[in-house]
Amino acid sequence: MRPISSRNAVVCRDVAKVWAPGTPRAHEALRGIDLDIAPGEFVVLLGPSGCGKSTLLYLIAGLEDATGGGLWSFGDPVEKPSPERSLIFQEASLFPWLTVGQNVAFGLSIAGRPPAERAEIARQTLQRVGLSEAIDKRPDELSGGMRQRVAVARALAMQPKVLLMDEPFAALDVQTRAKMQDFLLDVWRVSGASVMFVTHHIDEAVALADRVVVFTARPGRIKTIVKVDLPRPRDPFSPEAEALRRHLTAQLQDEVDRAFAEQEALVAS
Amino acid sequence: MSAISQAARASRSGAGGQTLTWPRWVAAVIAVAPTILWGAASIGLFAGIWEVLWAVGWADAKLLPPPHIFIGNIADQAKFFNTVNRWQIGAGQGGVPSSAAAVFYTILATTGRVFAGLVIASTLAVTIGVAIRYFRVFGRLTLPTITLLAPVSPIAWLPVAIFLFGIGNGPAVFMVVIALLFHMVLATINQIDNVNRNLINVARTMGASKRQTYMRVIVPAILPQLFVVLRFNLFAAWMVVLVAEATGVGYGLGQVIMLARNTFNPSLVFFTIALIGVLGFLFDFAMRLAQRKLLYWVPQGTAVLRGL
Ligand SMILES: Nc1ncnc2c1ncn2[C@@H]1O[C@H](COP(=O)(O)OP(=O)(O)OP(=O)(O)O)[C@@H](O)[C@H]1O
Ligand SMILES: [Mg+2]
Repeated sequence: MRPISSRNAVVCRDVAKVWAPGTPRAHEALRGIDLDIAPGEFVVLLGPSGCGKSTLLYLIAGLEDATGGGLWSFGDPVEKPSPERSLIFQEASLFPWLTVGQNVAFGLSIAGRPPAERAEIARQTLQRVGLSEAIDKRPDELSGGMRQRVAVARALAMQPKVLLMDEPFAALDVQTRAKMQDFLLDVWRVSGASVMFVTHHIDEAVALADRVVVFTARPGRIKTIVKVDLPRPRDPFSPEAEALRRHLTAQLQDEVDRAFAEQEALVAS
Repeated sequence: MSAISQAARASRSGAGGQTLTWPRWVAAVIAVAPTILWGAASIGLFAGIWEVLWAVGWADAKLLPPPHIFIGNIADQAKFFNTVNRWQIGAGQGGVPSSAAAVFYTILATTGRVFAGLVIASTLAVTIGVAIRYFRVFGRLTLPTITLLAPVSPIAWLPVAIFLFGIGNGPAVFMVVIALLFHMVLATINQIDNVNRNLINVARTMGASKRQTYMRVIVPAILPQLFVVLRFNLFAAWMVVLVAEATGVGYGLGQVIMLARNTFNPSLVFFTIALIGVLGFLFDFAMRLAQRKLLYWVPQGTAVLRGL
């Protein structure tokens, strides 16, 4: 794949993904995805379960190969994983045998940076996420929200240009999630990175997104892209937010119904 | 709050506090006391039943001598442990070692073989298992054979052990290694295949090479379960080492049991069984301590179950 002239943080052109292609278990997850993410943009992906949102993040991260189309990041084709594009999962997925500080410094130590520099960056990054005191703790001594913040810190330590977040706050309670959203917006503003954020919560999309991408049921295609022009910090009860929520709910509902019908048909057959 | 955690807290808060403070060792004793008491109660219960069966005349003292008999005459039993003499260990202090020394050296010999076997087997198993997944071709070439050999009873390897190593420590250690190796290789592979995908993906997105991913993520991630597998296989190690010793490849507890059988000495049999039981228990205890030290990140104990 050749470089392209677009300097966008992520460029997807007609991306397709079939799992286990050419086998009886072949499974089409994504079809014809065209998507451009500008540098510093915050994009939320919404869609019914199983429509391929996680798959798309894996492709952009370079962890899986697309079976059609092409992906680029800042002009260069995505061929393998890169510290420039960090993936954050629903579970914090911290290394349990490392301390919080060592977890944050993991990527730096992989890159062979000297210990003093690693320690300093880990300290600064943890400070940014408000967890300075936890530096010598073990992950299982932390709450779920704290762990997720450590995971964000671990990604930030690599100074990524694209943060790929797969339902990162889904396992948290409502209050913690609201806090984490504020925290993420702060981090995002300072870092200048682009964020691609998968969620099932329309409220979360309304609170965070510059643009919301709504996917169809499987195979996932882009159904619509909604631009959100509300100033931050956003009032979730403003009439505009309310209208946006209603619009997104309607868009999503059809697809969720279709996804369910398909699943029922699958079970019946 | 339980007395134990109170004691622990008291010991931690240290001297100088206004509250009543207990020394650290008192807290430690109080912490392990229930375990010891329950252990004693459990053993006492079964030993007691045995003694009662003897007292009412159901258990023949010649065939099933109760504990007070087979433990009572230790000095008498210990003379049979002199098989150690044949191997010149501990014989330096002028001919035949004392009875107690003979028992000690015999125990040391058997325990040493088990320990050496465990160390060699687990090191080899992790190395081979990781290599099988790391180097595709190596895996394709070796895995079928290993899978084929795994179900073979280690006893079947006994002749091989003797062909290869003659008599002495070699064959006994070899037997322990063989008993554990194939299972542990398969367990290692199984663990590698089940390492949390996200951990591996995190490492990959951070730019880790294949080598780094294995060394920094996969190996630490599989160690806790492998330690459990090792602990579960401890009994197999003890079993084969006794068989190896009994068939005359060395001296040791297995040899003593064989001697007891050949001379029809039930007291000696039960005395040795008691020794082996205690040793096995201590071994497991030591491994749990090692686990706590080496695998500090694994949650400890059964506290959750106790809450049910
Ligand atoms: N490793 C895999 N191998 C085969 N099929 C897969 C794999 N991962 C996902 N799929 C399939 O691809 C489709 C899309 O999955 P994906 O996880 O991307 O959906 P999703 O939109 O993230 O769903 P959810 O909202 O439930 O997380 C699903 O039908 C799933 O079964
Ligand atoms: Mg998903």
